[in-house]
Amino acid sequence: MATVVDSSNPKSDFPIQYRELNYLNCTKGWKSWFFTLDHKRIGIMYLIGVTVAFFLGGLFAVLLRTELLSPEKMFLSADGYNQMFTLHGAIMTFLVIIPGVPAAIGNIILPVMLGAKDVAFPRMNLGSFYLWMAGAAFFLAALALGGLDTGWTFYTPYSVTTGTAVRTALLGVFILGFSSIFTGLNFIVTIHTMRPPGMTWFKMPLFLWALYATALIQVLATPVLGITGLLLIVEKTFEIGIFDPRLGGDPVLFQHFFWFYSHPAVYVMILPAMGVISEVIAVHSRKHIFGYRFIAYSSIAIAVFGFLVWGHHMFVSGQSKVVAVVFSAITFSVSIPSAIKVFNWLTTMYKGSIRFTTAMCYALAFLFIFSIGGLTGLFLATLATDIHLHDTYFVVAHFHYVMMGSSLVGLFAAVHHWWPKMTGKMFNEFWGRIACLGVFLGFNLTFFPQFLLGTRGMPRRYYTYLPEFQNLHVMSTCGAYLLGLSSALMAATLIYSVYRGKLAPANPWGGASLEWQCSSPPPHNNFDHPPLAGDPYVMESVVYNEEIGGYVPVECQGANKGSVTASGDNEA
Amino acid sequence: MQMKLFIPELLANTVAGFWFPSQGSTVAESVDSVYFFILWVCTFFFVLIVGLMLLFMVKYRHRPGVEAEKTVTHNLTLELSWSVIPTLLTIVMFWIGFTSYLDMRTPPAASYQIDVVAKKWVWAFKYPNGWIESELHIPLDENVTLTMASDDVIHSLWIPAFRTKMDVVPGRYTQEWFKAIPPSDEDGPVKYPLEYPLMCSEYCGTKHSEMVTKVVVHETRGDFDKWLQNAADIHKNKTPIEAGEYFYKSRGCILCHSLDGSIIKGPSFKGLFGSERTFADGTTGIANENYIRQSILEPQAKVVANFPPVMPTFKGQLTDQDITAIIRFIEAQK
Ligand code: HEM
Ligand SMILES: [Cu+2]
Repeated sequence: MATVVDSSNPKSDFPIQYRELNYLNCTKGWKSWFFTLDHKRIGIMYLIGVTVAFFLGGLFAVLLRTELLSPEKMFLSADGYNQMFTLHGAIMTFLVIIPGVPAAIGNIILPVMLGAKDVAFPRMNLGSFYLWMAGAAFFLAALALGGLDTGWTFYTPYSVTTGTAVRTALLGVFILGFSSIFTGLNFIVTIHTMRPPGMTWFKMPLFLWALYATALIQVLATPVLGITGLLLIVEKTFEIGIFDPRLGGDPVLFQHFFWFYSHPAVYVMILPAMGVISEVIAVHSRKHIFGYRFIAYSSIAIAVFGFLVWGHHMFVSGQSKVVAVVFSAITFSVSIPSAIKVFNWLTTMYKGSIRFTTAMCYALAFLFIFSIGGLTGLFLATLATDIHLHDTYFVVAHFHYVMMGSSLVGLFAAVHHWWPKMTGKMFNEFWGRIACLGVFLGFNLTFFPQFLLGTRGMPRRYYTYLPEFQNLHVMSTCGAYLLGLSSALMAATLIYSVYRGKLAPANPWGGASLEWQCSSPPPHNNFDHPPLAGDPYVMESVVYNEEIGGYVPVECQGANKGSVTASGDNEA
Repeated sequence: MQMKLFIPELLANTVAGFWFPSQGSTVAESVDSVYFFILWVCTFFFVLIVGLMLLFMVKYRHRPGVEAEKTVTHNLTLELSWSVIPTLLTIVMFWIGFTSYLDMRTPPAASYQIDVVAKKWVWAFKYPNGWIESELHIPLDENVTLTMASDDVIHSLWIPAFRTKMDVVPGRYTQEWFKAIPPSDEDGPVKYPLEYPLMCSEYCGTKHSEMVTKVVVHETRGDFDKWLQNAADIHKNKTPIEAGEYFYKSRGCILCHSLDGSIIKGPSFKGLFGSERTFADGTTGIANENYIRQSILEPQAKVVANFPPVMPTFKGQLTDQDITAIIRFIEAQK
């Protein structure tokens, strides 16, 4: 790769690749970060926060898996184990996966993709980050105040009666909910009002459609979680019967409330990742996305249907048979939009020119893992089989395939895809791909055996277990170690690049959406002039330039001028 | 049973042993066949997706000088076929899952009734003659219905061999039924009584993972009745201390009260009888027969200082004779 063309040379034909003064260094000092209103800096702070939380949650996971090496006690007490899986689940769900793609990556990329200077409400955006920090502080406080042992689901009446720090943790969840609502609201308004000239709804990159659908869920579902948490706090504090049958409450009501939020929330976790995959596969296959409208509509369909299926978490809770049947039927309807997306991604690769960059490797890993995750959902949506599988390791495996293996792998793909844009540096592709391979193998080794554990009779949340399950548990634990090491390698590769990486060109992979038009990393205001948006998937509109080591708009490519024709679609 | 149509039986049997414990009840057969139908559909789609992905990865990998080929960017026929075909298949899945679910959840009118009380972290199975046991004994080939209630938090009664599970919820009754069938005798003759694990699958606190007991399936109704009669006659067949020890173990006292002086959740029984106790409200008393009896029936009345008031009551679950036996057993723990 050749050196990056110096941007300050005004005579250059090429778009500016790099600016001495960019959003990372235009102001200095801690205050310039902590009080920044720049969406990119807020996104970076979110990314750092999410990463720290991920390694904390991951540490808990490794300890849990180590304990499970033996069917009997190893080194944790029963209560210690219960607290650890609770915090692992709560941290990973509320602090990592839910804010992961939307708040961290979305914040950095969404305005740039829109050719805008910032989100619609920058102060609210900063507020959302501080709420996230406050929520995280409450979780840590819960840890310090005697831990939490209810599981991330807080089921009543257990959570009403246990002596652990339930209230502190619930306040944390409540605050994190606001953080999520703020982000969602901001994104909805930004997408509605700040699209650049030429960007109609159906010229929007699919990542934006996904973030839009996600934001709708965040805004509509999260309040229910907030109020449920408050009701539980009130019940616990004042002994008012809401969910506790001892006081005249109804414990199953809590489950309805909880899943009314938490099922849609699983789509808050997966939809943004799906959006990422739509971008990554198209760009790194150098192909126009296939079935744009179907992918866009399926995001909305998932968001809408996602509100109507919460009861599938309660097939054995004692809810009426009729209700169970209705929920089972509707649940199948959410699997169809996911299938549509997978087939469209595959077709996008057809006749492409596929680059096995690290981001693309994560996207391919996503396709493999998400297929298993989505398909195993069908066993759980089916009434007869869910009766056996509910609350077993099969469910644990299912949701790790979709949450860890898909949502987080989607986040990894996003981080690698947009890393040059976010940091202005190229990371080492070799080590990036090794880490990706390790994540892929480690992940499958950890979680595939858990399907078998579940069907064979291993309940979830068990600290000790029958000896016949030991082999599968040992396999799973080995996988977890590999997964942990590979994630660390990934982080090391990325962090190393910040200090030693080559300067990134504006458009290293050849993307056609707007964020690749501004320099890497973007200047404080992203664009000097609002850019004109065209079809974001016409990959022919950019061509590779040796001198720059990245892609440039076809009309700037001197030597190639005339020989490569830009697609007409591009002129909006 | 109608699902047998979908898979060749031979294939199903060998694969079943890999995925599932042996089939111990009538519903197990239909649940497994629904499972395998879905498994084959999923395997087909998984192989299709990953196969195409690998093919494209090889065939369309980037090669210098070769650009991506421009193709159409949408195709309604394709979109409709990969929307409609999966939809039809999921309708079939829903339907077969729904019909066998109805069987699983509709207890037959003529069935043997057993009451279940779940509490942290023991099961109590109460038979029609009043006998309470911590293991579930049932006769083979007979419909059995469990009517379940919880004393504290939500539990869930799962018997993997029967493929059935139901939450046990405080403040309401739930039901679960099954009919045990003889297991396949492929691996040699079957020995009775059969035993299968039974466990709590809804997280319920510290000892959730020890809330495991077994189902004992007697070959005939006669065997079962004989067992029940014998068990119920415990005071005749055993000395009071032995009977007390039986209750200590089977009713879950053992989970919180040790015999060696160590503290689990409650005070140890070692040296308890006749000692002076200090209670949470500062008063004191001697641990005599009446005190122990009250501690079993109204555990919250006098809580020993420095212990949490967590013991459940055993009112209605232990007879006077049972309590006397327990007192004799505690007295024997010097
Ligand atoms: C193809 C679509 C999917 C279907 C049909 C499906 C179906 C189900 C069903 C029926 C359950 C309840 C199982 C039980 O508790 O017995 C379940 C559990 C779960 N699913 Fe999915 N699912 C799908 C995709 C996803 C996705 C995309 C995510 C998240 C990114 C997800 C996350 C979860 C979680 C977190 C749980 C269990 C939560 C818990 O009990 O702690 N699922 N799924
Ligand atoms: Cu769900």
